[in-house]
Amino acid sequence: MVPDTNSKPRLAPGCRLGENNQQRVLLMPERALRLLGPSLEIIERCDGQHTIQQIIADLQKIYSKAEPQKVEQDILGYLALLQKERALDFEP
Amino acid sequence: MPSTLTNPLALIAELTHRCPLHCVYCSNPLELQSRAEELSTETWSRVFQEASEVGVLQADFTGGEPLARTDILDLVRAARSAGLYVNLITSGLPLDEPKLAALVEAGLDHFQLSFQGAREEIANEISGTRSHEQKLRVLQWLRQHRVAVTLNFVIHRRNIDQLEEMLAIAESSCATRVEFANVQYYGWAFANREHLLPTREQLDQSLALITHEQKRLEGKIRVEYVVPDYYAKYPKPCMGGWARKLMLITPSGEALPCHAAKVIPGLVFENVKDRSVRQIWEHSVAFEKFRGEDWMQEPCKTCDRREQDFGGCRCQALLLTGDAAATDPVCSLAPQRPKVDAILAGINAAPPAQLFVQPPWLYRPNPT
Repeated sequence: MVPDTNSKPRLAPGCRLGENNQQRVLLMPERALRLLGPSLEIIERCDGQHTIQQIIADLQKIYSKAEPQKVEQDILGYLALLQKERALDFEP
Repeated sequence: MPSTLTNPLALIAELTHRCPLHCVYCSNPLELQSRAEELSTETWSRVFQEASEVGVLQADFTGGEPLARTDILDLVRAARSAGLYVNLITSGLPLDEPKLAALVEAGLDHFQLSFQGAREEIANEISGTRSHEQKLRVLQWLRQHRVAVTLNFVIHRRNIDQLEEMLAIAESSCATRVEFANVQYYGWAFANREHLLPTREQLDQSLALITHEQKRLEGKIRVEYVVPDYYAKYPKPCMGGWARKLMLITPSGEALPCHAAKVIPGLVFENVKDRSVRQIWEHSVAFEKFRGEDWMQEPCKTCDRREQDFGGCRCQALLLTGDAAATDPVCSLAPQRPKVDAILAGINAAPPAQLFVQPPWLYRPNPT
């Protein structure tokens, strides 16, 4: 399933940011994902306000030395993974 | 500190053994602890703080029925303010709508509602009480709240053919996760094993169905399936390895590496009333006993899979072979695997007329 890039991802109920040993983690049912660099920047924008397109544009700015196409693919891949985990809802 | 020491990630808080249900596969030990022995709110609050400090991320509030504790809201608040992610594993029985709202308000992250079946009749038979209707009511209330919802179905011979109906309940609810866990054979389930083990045919059908449904529901509901390990080729990595990831605290405060560890003779367990979580995690002799690989016998000792399954389950080894340090006998490489095969052969050769009638269950009582 590929989410519409105009939709606004938002952390699903019971999924939130936490901390462990000075490391940011995404806490969710029966799981915790360690967040490093770009994954944290993506999650912080999954607030129901940013569209996927805006998240992509933001990260392309932050990682301006990286190939923009590659940044986009990585973000879509990461969002798909989080969707499979049921960590995201997509608001229209 | 030995090099095999890792951080615990989850604390299983058995808040009480009191429970309105009498499930025939209850994971509590046969010897239940009474209300008078239960830890105070203050001690639990200290334990949550100490657990968070050693790296624990999640607290699993379980029982018995955790809602039987009158201080449950204070306990949720205490765990949450210690920085833990709070899971509640409940029958949903001693619950009304205002109490649910208060739990979410207190910081509950994840509500796990246990089901005994898809239909009233079998659910009530298994729990030894009328419980199914109330669970369906709780599912309706949950729609109004921002909390993760998992439906936990415990699977066995008498309900494994209802998986589709169970999924239909999940799909018509706000659950994002469904756990179908076949009964694990310890405690009450071990006593009722002959009546709970599914047949191989049932298991094969269920596996085909689950694989199909996982695909269909991807992105909507995460469907997890735990097979009965008697039918497996290799053992489960029980608790993610002995004293590697989890600590369980009983209602009276004993710290165990797993639910069933008290069946192993000779182990002495520390109590959180006397020691900190860190002291116990790092120094408890019971935690050290099967940590790492030094305790292993052949074939585990030299097996390539020893870092994947850690030799399987110590309690199962004890229950089936009499030796807690033996290779888990469900492993196809275990010298004692024939014992498990004999149990399965008995079930699979029995005539259906004998397998599919209501058996003389041994029900779990409610301690005072």
